[in-house]
Amino acid sequence: MQINKKIAKMWSRMGPRAVYGKIMSDIAHKNEDILLMSADLGRSSGLASFYQTYPDRFVNTGIAEQNMIGVAAGLTRLNYNVFASTFAPFASMRAAEQVRMNMGYMEEPIKLIALGSGLSMGFLGNSHFGLEDVAVMKTIHNLTIISPADCIELYKTLDALVNYNSPVYVRLTGAVNCPVVYEDDYSFEIGQPIWIIPQSDINVISTGTTVGHAKKAVEKLNEEGYSIGLLNIHTIKPIAEEFVKDVLSTSKKIFIFEEHTRVGGLRSSIYDIIVDNAIQGLDVVSHTLPDSYLETGEYDYLINLYGLDALGIEKVIRESINEK
Amino acid sequence: MMDDFNKTSKDLRRLIINKAYECGQSTHLGGALSMVDIMCVLYSKFLKFKPDEPKFEDRDIFILSKGHTVLGYLATLYHFKYFSKEVFDTFQVNGSKFIAHPIKNLDYGIESSNGSLGQGVSYASGMALGFKKREKENRVFVMMGDGECNEGSVWEAAQLSSEMQLNNLIVIVDKNDYRNDGSTAYDKSDLKLENMWSAFGWNTISINGHNFDEILDAFNNALNSETKPTAIIASTIKGKGISFMESNNDWHHNRITESVYEQCLVEMEKM
Repeated sequence: MQINKKIAKMWSRMGPRAVYGKIMSDIAHKNEDILLMSADLGRSSGLASFYQTYPDRFVNTGIAEQNMIGVAAGLTRLNYNVFASTFAPFASMRAAEQVRMNMGYMEEPIKLIALGSGLSMGFLGNSHFGLEDVAVMKTIHNLTIISPADCIELYKTLDALVNYNSPVYVRLTGAVNCPVVYEDDYSFEIGQPIWIIPQSDINVISTGTTVGHAKKAVEKLNEEGYSIGLLNIHTIKPIAEEFVKDVLSTSKKIFIFEEHTRVGGLRSSIYDIIVDNAIQGLDVVSHTLPDSYLETGEYDYLINLYGLDALGIEKVIRESINEK
Repeated sequence: MMDDFNKTSKDLRRLIINKAYECGQSTHLGGALSMVDIMCVLYSKFLKFKPDEPKFEDRDIFILSKGHTVLGYLATLYHFKYFSKEVFDTFQVNGSKFIAHPIKNLDYGIESSNGSLGQGVSYASGMALGFKKREKENRVFVMMGDGECNEGSVWEAAQLSSEMQLNNLIVIVDKNDYRNDGSTAYDKSDLKLENMWSAFGWNTISINGHNFDEILDAFNNALNSETKPTAIIASTIKGKGISFMESNNDWHHNRITESVYEQCLVEMEKM
């Protein structure tokens, strides 16, 4: 696939959920061993045309997420490459124990795609928000957790997962008109963080589509004369411990932004590295969603309300730097 | 053939009791003993397997969804020569892979890890669906408990298997009428397992799970099902074979002491 500015822009308009359906359909079209599964959300994830073209290669379990994971596991035993998708809380919590038994304990290499995580379900509210999914999934041993920064990175992730023979949880945040982080092709490797803006003394660490908002904020600040780096940790687990340790040890100040509660997300993983390695003298500011049930509204309204859009991120950084 | 079944099932019961005693720990005896006669017929007559080539492609799949009755499963696998006595003797020894629930090990004929109830039918139906998609003839058998049918995920799997017409999927419900805390609710009201599985569109057969003729007929019937998956509701006696364990839920999970073992020896002598 030729990655360019035009595609980046088009996919950004569609948003990660629809782009998942589009990309996955294209990938599956070329690979007969790929099966797509959904718990009655195929149409809501852009898979309707795939289902119509290849009814034999799409399994809708109905509104039954626990069963979807078990059936997916059985299908991997027949060497099918299974990509199963549903909304984040249902993938990570309704079916958590099935994920643990089948993907964790038995290591069946299901690719579980959590759609509409973070606040992106907007008016559907807290029952549909993915506020805690990373925390829950992080506790399951053997699971890789990836949260792409934009639709191009979603493509790079899915492309990499075709030949990845381990269980994975892919967390999609963001909605339509998702900020563009990548406009050209680039080297993506599961587990390997990427500097979006080169490392400096002050660095921002983020994941998922929050990276795009942070990019806008940091670019603006850097235009004003600040010097701030931006690191995209697309693979939350296993985290690139040595790489991150090195960044933390050579930074003066770190900001962490993520669209997840403060409990158990990327923030916690970074704090673990700081504590485990006794990193001293580093100033750390983190800004996440509160540990609470949240307001409901349009996605852009919500990320603005909770300070996770470019304006909110810029404000947190500016105020913290100017404190001293 | 019936003599062979009798001999095999006696052997399995002796293996279970002896191993439960030897390991010195509590084991799930009641449910291990109730499923023995079905396991005996399944492994003697219906299941396609090769212990000396455990991963051969055309094998049938057996899933022990009621994972806690692993001792009945391991006794069967040992009897049918999946592993040596030395391996069997590691049952519930510290650090062993042979513990109170199955851990997936294809070399030993264990197709999945279990222990969390209500998940076996989902996994099995995924394999059954996979065999159909690959246009393979393999069948998938699941042994589950009646208490286990309390789990909601069982019915998610029951719905989809029916919708997908997985006639290569055969679930045996070892209906011994007990769960951990006492008797199961089924049969005490209008809630009947037969009706439940039938209502979900399954080919449902009720049998006495200790009658070899009925077990044979049930499997033959199941394997001739044209579109529906089959549920064999096998009425059994928990603790079957040892008089003082029969329908005595104290033996759901318990340890055989030396004095109890002496009583078992007398009973096993008479089997």
